[in-house]
Amino acid sequence: MYLRLPSKVLERILFFIDSNDDRNSVSLVCKSWFETERLTRKRVFVGNCYAVTPAAVVRRFPKMRSLTLKGKPHFADYNLVPDGWGGYAWPWIEALAAKNPLLEEIRLKRMVVTDECLEMIAASFKNFKSLVLTSCEGFSTDGIAAIASTCRSLRELELRECIVDDLGGDWLSYFPETSTSLVSLDFSCLDSEVKFSDLERLVSRCRNLKSLKLNRAVTLDGLESLLRRAPQLTELGTGSFSDELSPEALSKLSKAISACKQLKSLSGLWDVLPEYLPALYSVCPGLTSLNLSYATVRMTDLVDLLRRCKKLQKLWVMDLIEDKGLQAVATCCKELRELRVFPSEPDLEEPNVALTEQGLVFISEGCQKLESVLYFCVQFTNAALITIARNRPSIKRFRLCVIEPFAPDYKTQEPLDQGFKAIAMGCKDLQRLSVSGLLTDKAFEYIGKHAKNLGMLSIAFAGDSDLMLHHLLSGCKKLRKLEIRDCPFGDTALLENAWKLETMRSLWMSSCFVSFGACKLLSQKMPRLNVEVIDEMYPPETRPESSPVERIYIYRTLAGPRLDMPEFVWTIHKNPEIGVSHLAIK
Amino acid sequence: MEKVGVCDEFVNLKATELRLGLPGTEDVCQEEKEMVSCGKINKRALPETEKEIESTGKTETASPPKAQIIGWPPVRSFRKNSIQAKKNESEGQGMYVKVSMDGAPYLRKIDLTVYKQYPELMKSLENMFKFSVGEYFEREGYKGSDFVPTYEDKDGDWMLVGDVPWEMFVSSCKRLRIMKGSEVKGLGCGV
Repeated sequence: MYLRLPSKVLERILFFIDSNDDRNSVSLVCKSWFETERLTRKRVFVGNCYAVTPAAVVRRFPKMRSLTLKGKPHFADYNLVPDGWGGYAWPWIEALAAKNPLLEEIRLKRMVVTDECLEMIAASFKNFKSLVLTSCEGFSTDGIAAIASTCRSLRELELRECIVDDLGGDWLSYFPETSTSLVSLDFSCLDSEVKFSDLERLVSRCRNLKSLKLNRAVTLDGLESLLRRAPQLTELGTGSFSDELSPEALSKLSKAISACKQLKSLSGLWDVLPEYLPALYSVCPGLTSLNLSYATVRMTDLVDLLRRCKKLQKLWVMDLIEDKGLQAVATCCKELRELRVFPSEPDLEEPNVALTEQGLVFISEGCQKLESVLYFCVQFTNAALITIARNRPSIKRFRLCVIEPFAPDYKTQEPLDQGFKAIAMGCKDLQRLSVSGLLTDKAFEYIGKHAKNLGMLSIAFAGDSDLMLHHLLSGCKKLRKLEIRDCPFGDTALLENAWKLETMRSLWMSSCFVSFGACKLLSQKMPRLNVEVIDEMYPPETRPESSPVERIYIYRTLAGPRLDMPEFVWTIHKNPEIGVSHLAIK
Repeated sequence: MEKVGVCDEFVNLKATELRLGLPGTEDVCQEEKEMVSCGKINKRALPETEKEIESTGKTETASPPKAQIIGWPPVRSFRKNSIQAKKNESEGQGMYVKVSMDGAPYLRKIDLTVYKQYPELMKSLENMFKFSVGEYFEREGYKGSDFVPTYEDKDGDWMLVGDVPWEMFVSSCKRLRIMKGSEVKGLGCGV
């Protein structure tokens, strides 16, 4: 007997389901479940803005209140995607403004956002509450001013590492005197000084303000004044921490900081002078997140601070912490879940810093809850990787960047194949992996076979042949995103495993040996993929079929060919005689 | 691992390719670029890959010359620029201040960090404006000349050059003005 679950009941159940993965599963059960689910989904996530049209998304989810979109591929962060490639927010904003005026939240990552987009948002969504832009570009402080002045219920305004045309600090003064709704404000990526008295008044009247991330231009005196007015903060990003302060002023600042009894997260600290670090001691015991990655202070000063942070879960720091410092962290910070160690001198051939693989080994020994690692290091060993995997099978995200390309295990001169094999086999929940150092095809055989939960893999300067790509595409069952640069594989593996590409979000390959001919063939074989050839040097049609192309970006899509491709991007749909039809990009 | 075989094959392919363009020009750049990407890193700095350095606004780095590969190591531009800005500050990009002289129709700009002490600065000013500054006495100011070097400090006050220790002067000086004797009485200078 088959009893159908009434849609009202299903609705009630779905009310409790937030996870979009779960909701996606629900929507596959049958047509009526699909209908009920789509009419109740409030938060929509689109991982690739070109995988589906704005119209389709807006039509499917009429009750949408929050949209998260991602644009450019991840390697755009490292300047591998030329300017003008795409990722425009405008078509989405336009579609939403027309059909979804009750929208409350927009979160964009690696997209091109113009002032017109921001003005459209301000004008169209009466209940707009939250704007979070991460690694976006294309707008100026005028656009921000429009949001500030018009969005009456604005709760979150966060600009995270955006490239903004900074026309001055006036934008902040556009928050009306009546606006008191702010909960989170992040303008850390802007250069210009805002009018301090306006900032002070804004902070004073927003009694619900919990997160405040200032830009470098805010002085320590300013910080002291703001903290006095907002001791309820849970997240603080300071401005520049190096102004000259008299002992009285430093003492005042210490006092203001210590009044923030609920502070959990601390960042900013640009150029912090070591003698000012003690001003932070009072809040250390409560901190769960600390970003010292812009603090160029020595190991001893870092350790004095960190040994007081017993509850720390997330630590971002520079390699100035050295092995010894990490050993101390392993002893004191038992709650650590995430560690990122950045290079203080990324371009030096041999940085003069005592950070080796041993530092990470200490952490893997001492921090039982460790899940997420990003580690820049000059060189590494298989033994260290094997030890880390054995100590910490709980690791879910492991990104190791051995700075010297092709660097072997420096003790044995062997490739790092065995080390990464241990990581793939030992860390059963591994979701994200970045590999580096000298690696043969074998390494990828191990990864393909054992990394059953791997969703995202990043590779640079590795492998010997097509086998490498073949191992990955024929293994790694849950692979969603694969990004590869400077590896010597060619067409064969790609064409043989073409079917796999429809199960993934995207594949990026640059400076490899994939030919234009293979791209054309792949496009013909797989109509539901966009195979983009991105080549700034030569339009692909002018070259012989066998010549390798600069970059390829392949992604599955329901939207068909995109209409906003610049001249250096080619897909099979482009007709060189007619030219490209450009979407009006405002 | 021997990667040269693959490279060689590829390089030869490029050489026989029929293409428009002068032989030996772009060819070389493309070839070098490909060699970087498929073989051991070439220690020469390659033209294309200088993009990374140029984008941070400096054409030379403090480190020894090394082939800069685009986007490597994978550090976000935001972070790279922050490190670069800090380096610029600490290495000192110079403290440029304007210098004017009463009666002279032109302004000059000088970099205060180039000088180690007052006498050097004075000599340079004298050469620049073709005058002579006389001798400095602690209590009495400059004697023996109509011209007196003065400066505006951070607080907007006009002071006599030489009154404060050199480091304090360098950090507080906003601009210089070489005044003509008759105006300078108020600065405590005996003529």
